[in-house]
This record gives sequence, structure tokens and C-alpha cells, in this order.
Amino acid sequence: MIEFKNLKKAFGDKIVLDDVSHVMETGKANLIIGQSGSGKTVLQKCLVGLFEPDEGEIIYDGVSFTDMNIEQRKELRQQIGMLFQGSALFDSMTVEQNIMFPLDMFTSQGFSDKLARVNEVLKRVNLEGVNKKYPAELSGGMKKRVGIARAIVLNPKYLFCDEPNSGLDPQTSMVIDKLILDITREFNMTTVINTHDMNSVMEMGENIIYLFDGKKEWSGNRKDIIFSKNERLNKFIFASEFLQDAKDMRMLEATGKIANDRNMDDMLK
Amino acid sequence: MLFFNHFGRYLLMLKGMFTKPENWRMYWKELMHQCVEIGIGSLGIVVIISVFMGAVSAVQTSYQLVSPLIPLTTIAQIVRDTVILEFAPTVVCIVLAGVVGSKIASELGNMRVSEQIDALEIMGINTKSYLIMPKIMACLITIPLLVILSMGLGIYGGRLAGVATKILSADTYDQGLLLNFVPYNVFFALVKAYTFAFIISTIPSYYGYYVKGGALEIGRSSTKSVVVSCVMILFADYILAALLLGK
Repeated sequence: MIEFKNLKKAFGDKIVLDDVSHVMETGKANLIIGQSGSGKTVLQKCLVGLFEPDEGEIIYDGVSFTDMNIEQRKELRQQIGMLFQGSALFDSMTVEQNIMFPLDMFTSQGFSDKLARVNEVLKRVNLEGVNKKYPAELSGGMKKRVGIARAIVLNPKYLFCDEPNSGLDPQTSMVIDKLILDITREFNMTTVINTHDMNSVMEMGENIIYLFDGKKEWSGNRKDIIFSKNERLNKFIFASEFLQDAKDMRMLEATGKIANDRNMDDMLK
Repeated sequence: MLFFNHFGRYLLMLKGMFTKPENWRMYWKELMHQCVEIGIGSLGIVVIISVFMGAVSAVQTSYQLVSPLIPLTTIAQIVRDTVILEFAPTVVCIVLAGVVGSKIASELGNMRVSEQIDALEIMGINTKSYLIMPKIMACLITIPLLVILSMGLGIYGGRLAGVATKILSADTYDQGLLLNFVPYNVFFALVKAYTFAFIISTIPSYYGYYVKGGALEIGRSSTKSVVVSCVMILFADYILAALLLGK
């Protein structure tokens, strides 16, 4: 569980995070959503310590991250995995070397044990047989999966994903979403996902925080979104007429006005 | 004001490198990798520059020494001292500032922009220590060696050119090399080599590590790092000459 209280962060005169508090729950996909420039990336970077908040506190499983010294933070970070927007794979290393890197750095295992672990996580992300390829030889979706494999290779307790679907087609996005969700449950991790992909929100949003202009505007889960009266949230999530119609259908289904096991072919005859 | 801002951040970067490595073996591996990249990678250009520098200085010295009263051995003496005192340490290091400096700045800049440095930080690795320290150490190990090699090749280049253009015989050249040799000059050249190696590695590391933006900014910071390194080398060259050779 990651809890943050009254986080504030400003760059010069521009306040990017303003008194944001929330609890990211263990074993769930916790989503940070919001428009571009709403402060979600800054919030995530504050949570992992890449930015230092001006005020407020971050607590990892009861231990204050804010009060930790450099050595304690380094230790905690070995329990954190992160998937970056551009995957952030090391260009000069093969897939195998990329995934093995955290093992090389932080374990004293022999090469065969490390290789077995690399193959195990590659299998887990459904990406076998690419060990010797370089990142430049992989597609966007494959890079993301390698990024996930590297993030989970040390069995982290916390997984952070920054825009895991950016640049991916809808089908591949769903594969990546499902993978993240499955891994979160399988390893009982606290997963924090930063996204503005509406499919992701509706597919895996178990605990969602919506930021607007650096402030926490709304929180809930994907079911709550359907019935939310928050105008800003509705405008953001259901931006097009098509999505608005989809929301209306879901509301009708949820209230029993139309059957959710309806046969569309019959209805269209 | 901007200068002090940069200088302060540069000093903080250097201070930030001194922490206990997470894994000595990985740091050693990275150091060896950088030694190969920087040392072996620059070998070709150093060999070419050094031989031609020595050759040209032999031909030009003979062109200027028109008096029959000056013995031909003086040509070898002048080539030797010029190569040891200035050409090998300064000219080679200015070239290396371009070759090695731009490589360091663009490598770190690319890692910064593509979030690879952030990825290392998240893993709990001190990136200043893991990425910058081995580069500085590798420069401090290999650049003085390259300068020593350049001294030898420069002097040999002068010999080759002298004999090929029939300015003087090989024996006369060798005789001249042994006349009035001052070992302190080699010490002075090595002091310069170590100082320049530090400049060549730390300034591009600073510009690369703190780059912000995209591909354009990487290019700009790489160019800036080379320019600043060259100016600093020339400045340090003068200071060292005044301190160590001044009367």
C-alpha cells in the first residue's frame, strides 16, 4: 500500500500538485488519470522519488518515504519496478542483458540461475525467443513487454507504469493492460498506472484518482465512473459522442433497463 | 550568475559520484568497457595525428633554420621538445575533447532523454557513480597512455619525414634526440595529460547528464561540451605552463 498525504509540488510559480492525498491499494491496479499537464506524471515521479515534493508525505506500507535517507531509499527502490512511457530499455544491450541487468546489479546468483529467471519472466510476458534481439529490433508492444519483464524480474512489491499504452494500437493496448492486471494479482503488487487511455480506465480501473489542474478532482472505481455526476470527469472520460452513447448504454444495463446479455443480431432484424 | 549556477551543479555532480558502489563487479565491468571505448576507440586518430604532427614539425623546423651555423641535430631537439611539451598533450587532448567528449555527452544525453537514467535511478543505482565515474576513471587511465604513445609516434614521425625529405640522416636525428634531454618535460606533459583528461571527461559528462529536451538539445549540448572543454584545456594549458615552467 502506498499512501500520500497533502502532496504539493511547484516549478517556479507554477503549482503542479496542490494538496493531493490518496491511498494506492495492494493487489489492485491503481490509476492516475487526467488531461495532459494535469500533474499525473509529476505525481508518479514524486511517488518514486525522481521529484522531491515541496510539502506532504509519502508512505510505503507504513514507512515514510519522505523521511528516508539516500541509502534507505536505494534499498526500497529495489522493491520498485517501473515501466516507462518509452520503455527506457538500454539500447546497447540485448533483451536478455536488459532483463538480467537488475539481477547482475543486486544479486549474487550464477549466470545459469539468472538466465533461468530471465527466461521465466520472458515467458510470463509471452515473449519467448527474443533473448538475443536488441531493443531497436522490437515492435512497440514487444518493447513494453520487455520493459514489464525487466520491471518484475526482482519480484518487486510496487509496480509503476507511466502511460503503458502510449503509441500502441487498441488490441495491443488491451494485451498490455491484461498483462499488467494479471501480474498485479498474481504477485499481489501495488500497481500505480498513469494513463489517459479510456479503454484502460474502463478495463482495469479498480482504484482511480482523477487529477484536474494539479488537484484531486475525483476518486472511485470504473463502475463509479459510469454514474459519476462530475462534469469535468465526464467530459474527460466520455469526450466523444460515441463514448457518451456507450456510457448511456452501460447505465441502462446497470439499472436493468436493457439486458446486458442481449443479442444484437436479433435486435437488428 | 549563470556561470556560478553551472559551476555549482558541476561540483555537486562530482560530489554525487562518491558513494559506495552497489556492485563492484558491475562497476569494474563498466570501467573496462569505457577503457576500451575511450582508449582503443581513439587509438587510430591519435596515431595518425601524432605521426603527421611530428613529420610536419620536422619539415617546418628545417625550413626555418636557414643558418649553416646551426647543427642539424637541433631539428631533432626542437621536434622532441615541441612534441613532448605541447603537441602530444595539448593538441591530442583537444582532438580527444572532440572525439571522446562528444561521445560522452551524446551518450549520456540520449540516456537522459530516453529515460534510461531514470530507469537506473528507479532500480536504486547511483547513476552519477555508475555512469560518470567509470568514464572519468577510464579517461584518467587511457588518455595519459595515449599522450605517451603520441610523444613516441610524434618523434618517430619527425624522424621518418626528416629521412624521407633528406633533411637529415636517421643517425643525426637520433643523436639530436639525446642532446640536452630534460626528463622534467615528460613530467610536465603528464601533469597536463591528467588535467586535460579530467576536463575531457567531466565537462561533457555534465552537459550530457543534465540535458533537457530531445534530439536537438542532445546535439547542442554535445557541441557546447566540446567547445567548453577545448577552451578549458587551453586555459588550463596556460595556467600549468605559467605554474610549472614559469621563471
